[in-house]
Formats: sequence, C-alpha cells, structure tokens
Amino acid sequence: MSGYGFVIGLAVLVVFLLVALLRSRRIREKYAAMWIVLGVGIVIVGVWPNLAVSLARLVGVETPSNLVFAVAIVILLSVCIQLSVALSAQEEQSRTLAEEIALIRCTLDDSGIPGAGGGRGQGDVTCAGPEILPDPQPDK
Amino acid sequence: MTRMADFRDERVLIIIPAWNEEETLGDVLDEVAAELPSVDVVVVDDGSTDRTSEVARAKGVRVLQLPINLGVGGAMRAGYKFAARNRYTYTVQLDADGQHPPKEVPTILDALVSTGADVMIGARFAGAGDYQTRGPRRWSMTVLSVILSRVTRAELTDTTSGFKACGPRAISLFSTTYPAEYLGDTVEALVIAARGGLTVDQTGVSMRPRAGGRPSHSPVKAAVFLVRALLALGIALTRPGIPTEERPA
Repeated sequence: MSGYGFVIGLAVLVVFLLVALLRSRRIREKYAAMWIVLGVGIVIVGVWPNLAVSLARLVGVETPSNLVFAVAIVILLSVCIQLSVALSAQEEQSRTLAEEIALIRCTLDDSGIPGAGGGRGQGDVTCAGPEILPDPQPDK
Repeated sequence: MTRMADFRDERVLIIIPAWNEEETLGDVLDEVAAELPSVDVVVVDDGSTDRTSEVARAKGVRVLQLPINLGVGGAMRAGYKFAARNRYTYTVQLDADGQHPPKEVPTILDALVSTGADVMIGARFAGAGDYQTRGPRRWSMTVLSVILSRVTRAELTDTTSGFKACGPRAISLFSTTYPAEYLGDTVEALVIAARGGLTVDQTGVSMRPRAGGRPSHSPVKAAVFLVRALLALGIALTRPGIPTEERPA
C-alpha cells in the first residue's frame, strides 16, 4: 500500500472535523463550505489518483501533482480573500456599533439618572436626536 | 437690502475628536468657550485610556465615548452622526491638540456661508502661524493638493488639514460615508464629497504647532506617506457609486 491511504485518511479527518465544528456551531457554513469542498476534493483524488492524471492531460499540465498543487493554492487563496472580506465587513459592523454605543451613552449622560454617566445636560439638544434615524445599511 | 446669511443664526456644532488628549483638551475647551460661547461642542473620545472623557465632562461638554479606538475618521463619523441626528446646520472639526485656534472658526464658517460651499477647509498658509513642513513631506502634500484640486475643481493647497467646516449636505453625506481608513478623514473624504456632488473650497487660517510631537522630515517616511496616500486616492477615485442620503427635513 502506498501513501494514498494516509492522504485519504487525512482528508476524511479534515471533513469530519469541519462537520463537527459546523454541528457545534463553532464555524458558520459560509466559511466551512470552501474547506469542505477542498477536503472532499482531496478524498476523491486520493481514491482515484488517475483522475488527476487524466485531468492534467486534459488541461495540458505535464506533472499531475503540479495541477493538484496549483488547484490547492487557488482554493487556499480564495479562502484567505474570503476571510479578509468577512473581516472588513466585521470591522465596519463593530465601528457602527461603537458609534451607536457612544450615542446611547451620551443620551444616558443627559438623562441625569445617577450612575448613568458623568455628564451634564446642554439645553434642548439630545444625543440621539428626536428619533433614532435608521442609517442606510452598507451594500452587501 | 436683504440681510446676509450668517452662521450665527444657525445651529453650529464643533466636533473635537480626541484620543488620549487629557493634557491639551481642557485648555482647548476653555478657549472654545471663551471665543464661541453660543456654539455647541461635542468631544468624541476615541477609545482613550486616559482621562479625556472626564476632562470634557468636567467642562460641561457632551462626550461621545467610543468603546474602541476607531481612528480620526471613525471618531468624526460618529460626530457627523450626532450632528445629523440633532439637525445641526454647520459643523467644524477642531483638533484636541491645540493646533487649530478656535478664533479661526468664524473665519472658516463665514467663508463656508458666503461662498455657499459644502465643505470649507481651513488651510495653513505660509507666513500666518508657525506651522511649516519642508522637504519630501511638503512635496508629497503638494502632489496630493494638485490631484485633489482637479478632483474637486477647486484650488486647494492644504488637503491634509483637519480644520474643516461642513454644511448640511456634507454632514448628511459624511454621517454615513466618512471613511476610517488611513488618510480617509482628509484625502478620501474630499473625494467622497466631490463625487457626491458637493462643492469643496478652502480659506486661509493660521495654525499653531502641535503641542506634542513634531512633523517628521524623514524622506523614507515621506515616501511611504505618498505611496499610501496615492493608493488611498486611487482606490477612492475608482470606487463604484457612493450612496448619497437625503437629510431628513
């Protein structure tokens, strides 16, 4: 038996780990999808290595392993980019929340409730405005 | 004869972004109170770890206390949100480090009202005040000014100045779109204003040297500054449409 058994075992392990994380809600489906695709892909190529050989011949890559590496790099790259995009969206959300918290805290300052804040009122101006105006959601 | 429009008839808000400025903020607030007694002030405490908020509250000024540090752009968007929700007509950004003299606030606001511009930049000019930059950093700022002048169709010489006044349309736009990126509060904000159909202009003001720290003259830092600024500018200019929001009547 060659190293294939080892590789298949590893890929199956990765897929199981992802499914376990999904089931326990520690990872969301949109982030796990790419990894599951990658894991299943490795299992398939591991079980039928000739698939990689014929695929390489089809697209004109001389060494089948290079095709596997290239595809793996592309998938890893897209996962990284996806994470950067998600992180940026997250930062924008925490920024908006921080603003709202500051505005609400300012309203509490004005309310004069003891312990709500250390501030003093300033005439007719209220921190949150006459009504809370909805801010437009950033484009998805 | 009709009476000239005057900012003194309108609701004006001074927004002071402050990050760990407990040492200089008190004096700045005293000076604002002395020069502009009828104007509202809000200090945006940008996640300070010192007594910035307490200093501001002790002076009887409203504080927007951000729980995390967002940078000047982030602090200013919170300030513009406050202004938009409270229906202020004009805002002026004033730095907490004492670099922007409060007595120049009327200069900028008068220029804003008389020209009918949406954004008025208080520009440092040679001769007035002690503020100077030299060498590579100066050239970088010149390059930025030339490009941004074309973008905004105005003659701008000091595009990195934070001493700015905004009218209602700019407040509305900035309350949702003011960027938190590097140089977003100066360079990108002007691009957003121009692309949002706002008019930008500048007026000369004197400024004081910063209380702490001095401008860097290192050519490497200036080069990094220019590259980052041009990158920010390039991305800002090629961004897809900016949502323009109607200000509630």
